[in-house]
Amino acid sequence: MGDSQIIQISNLVKDYAMGKQFFRALHDVNLSINTGEFCGLVGPSGSGKTTLLNIIGALDNPTGGDIIIMNNSIKDLKNKQAAKLRNESIGFIFQTYNLLPVYTVFENVEFPLLLLKKSKKEREEAVMRALEWVGLSDKVNSRPNQLSGGESQRVAVARAMVKLPRIVLADEPTANLDAANSHNILQTMLKLNLELKTTFIFATHDEKVIRYLRRKVALSDGNVINDIIMN
Amino acid sequence: MLLLKLAFRNITHAGVRTWLNIIVLSFAFVLIVLTEGLYDGMLQQVRDAEIDSNIGGGQFWQKDYDPYNPFSIELSHSEIPANLKMEIEKGNATAVLITSASIFPRNHIQSVQFKGIDPDQKIVNLPVYILKNETDSSIIPGIIGSRMAKSTGLQADDIVSARWRNINGTFDAGDIKIIKVINTEVKSIDNDQIWIPLKKLRDMMQAPQQATLIILNKNISEIPINNSEWIFKDHKYLLKYLNENIDRKRIYSTFMFVLLIGMALLAVFDTQVLAIFKRRKEIGTLMALGMTKWDVIVLYTLEGCIMGILSFIAGFLYGFPLLTYLAKKGIVLPQIIENTQFSILRILYPKYGLKLYVLTSLILFISVTIVSFLPTHRITKLKPSDALKGKLT
Ligand SMILES: Nc1ncnc2c1ncn2[C@@H]1O[C@H](COP(=O)(O)OP(=O)(O)OP(=O)(O)O)[C@@H](O)[C@H]1O
Ligand SMILES: [Mg+2]
Repeated sequence: MGDSQIIQISNLVKDYAMGKQFFRALHDVNLSINTGEFCGLVGPSGSGKTTLLNIIGALDNPTGGDIIIMNNSIKDLKNKQAAKLRNESIGFIFQTYNLLPVYTVFENVEFPLLLLKKSKKEREEAVMRALEWVGLSDKVNSRPNQLSGGESQRVAVARAMVKLPRIVLADEPTANLDAANSHNILQTMLKLNLELKTTFIFATHDEKVIRYLRRKVALSDGNVINDIIMN
Repeated sequence: MLLLKLAFRNITHAGVRTWLNIIVLSFAFVLIVLTEGLYDGMLQQVRDAEIDSNIGGGQFWQKDYDPYNPFSIELSHSEIPANLKMEIEKGNATAVLITSASIFPRNHIQSVQFKGIDPDQKIVNLPVYILKNETDSSIIPGIIGSRMAKSTGLQADDIVSARWRNINGTFDAGDIKIIKVINTEVKSIDNDQIWIPLKKLRDMMQAPQQATLIILNKNISEIPINNSEWIFKDHKYLLKYLNENIDRKRIYSTFMFVLLIGMALLAVFDTQVLAIFKRRKEIGTLMALGMTKWDVIVLYTLEGCIMGILSFIAGFLYGFPLLTYLAKKGIVLPQIIENTQFSILRILYPKYGLKLYVLTSLILFISVTIVSFLPTHRITKLKPSDALKGKLT
């Protein structure tokens, strides 16, 4: 694995407080992911996919163990450093798109670049390029409430990709989309994965997604029960 | 800088609710300035009226005169010192002779003060020249204020019996004809007193050359004299009671101020709490996109601030012309009483100092900022993963 390894998960444990008790959502997960992988965390509802993805994305803290992501130890990251890591290196795609409702398509996609303090020219070029990838160049001035679900998710993909992150984390990105839109989105992501060597990690139980994966990490009750790499 | 830009974008892109808030806030702003301005204007008018029609530029009091001690009044008169007499002749001052007396309206006895004043005087704004209308020298003409008219039931052209003592302590009696009832907001020239021509009162009291006080022209604040019989009372002294009264009444306007600000702030607070509740997922998204909690807090607080600033601008845009217009035209008070020639506060002229504008803006701005900030504090306890799930703990 060596230098192409981008994420190293070791002995990861996550407990959720449930009143006085704890619920263990992840039991001692060990996993290593390489640059450019197109892989998915698969498993039934409640198996811990979202939990694991959130910790990888530094949106949540592990209870035990650690994740080394691009030489950063997640458990040691301060809030500010975690925000910086997300800002610079990770793109997120959510099941519910999570576009900012008061912004136009352009502004939504531009947002991560504003946080990165890119120049106006850089931003414009990058946004238009990203919208071209997802085929929405003609919707720059639309607002999220004027878009279909498929279009919204494509905007979200553009927003995740616009800064050319090393890693994209996508939690059930197709759950609200029909088959045609799901394939469309996945093909776009696959293309970007091949062209830009972006590492994609999905959390999904959608067969349509699973068919595209080159690696399937099966979770069950917080344990990795299977790890299949295709070729 | 970026956050400011984003906050501005959020505010201007957001819907009706923001604009409603801005309107409410701007209303509060304009109303506060207006009520405070009305208050300041009223106080100024009352003060001016008091100076205008009663105390002039200051007064010399005969040393025994104590307006709050009725027993002193019969004794408190002396001859006017020579240099003050000169000032009176030059038109820089006027003399007033005061004594206590009784009148008998409606067969009741009532204690009053007779105030003798030169009908030709131009020092205080009192229509005493009307006293000259009575040409029959056997009649004692008198002017009373509307409060006095109300408490005695006397009207113009009524005749009322009166009894007083002359300078030697002997009782004397006569009839007074009310020439006119004047409207005035200045209580101190109205309550329980009858204005009589000075010469007449001197005759009645057999006290030629005597006076109780000398009122200076408004534009003269002091005349040096060398006479221990007469003591100079300046504005500070003469307005002390009024000022204290005014300060006490300030509490009402402060209450109004707090109430209006409170209402405005409640609107902001409410929107902010609701916004943060409704925008949990947005908060999660912003953090996923790389903002820190503090970025989000600053962003949301700035939104409140900008709302405040926009409401000032809005308030200024429609408030400034409105307020200026009102200050010029005055506000006519509803109970219009006839004979407005000397009624001072039938029309109120609001008066807004720069201090009022600045202070109101500042207080409103700071409190809007605080109120915008307070609810965002919950965000610090929020985990991005929970926010994304729409949780708020
Ligand atoms: N904030 C939380 N507090 C308590 N328990 C939680 C919390 N979040 C998740 N869990 C629990 O942890 C387990 C794993 O949840 P997770 O959301 O990771 O499942 P998932 O695999 O993503 O499921 P799904 O396919 O339904 O999205 C579930 O049993 C869930 O009830
Ligand atoms: Mg999930």
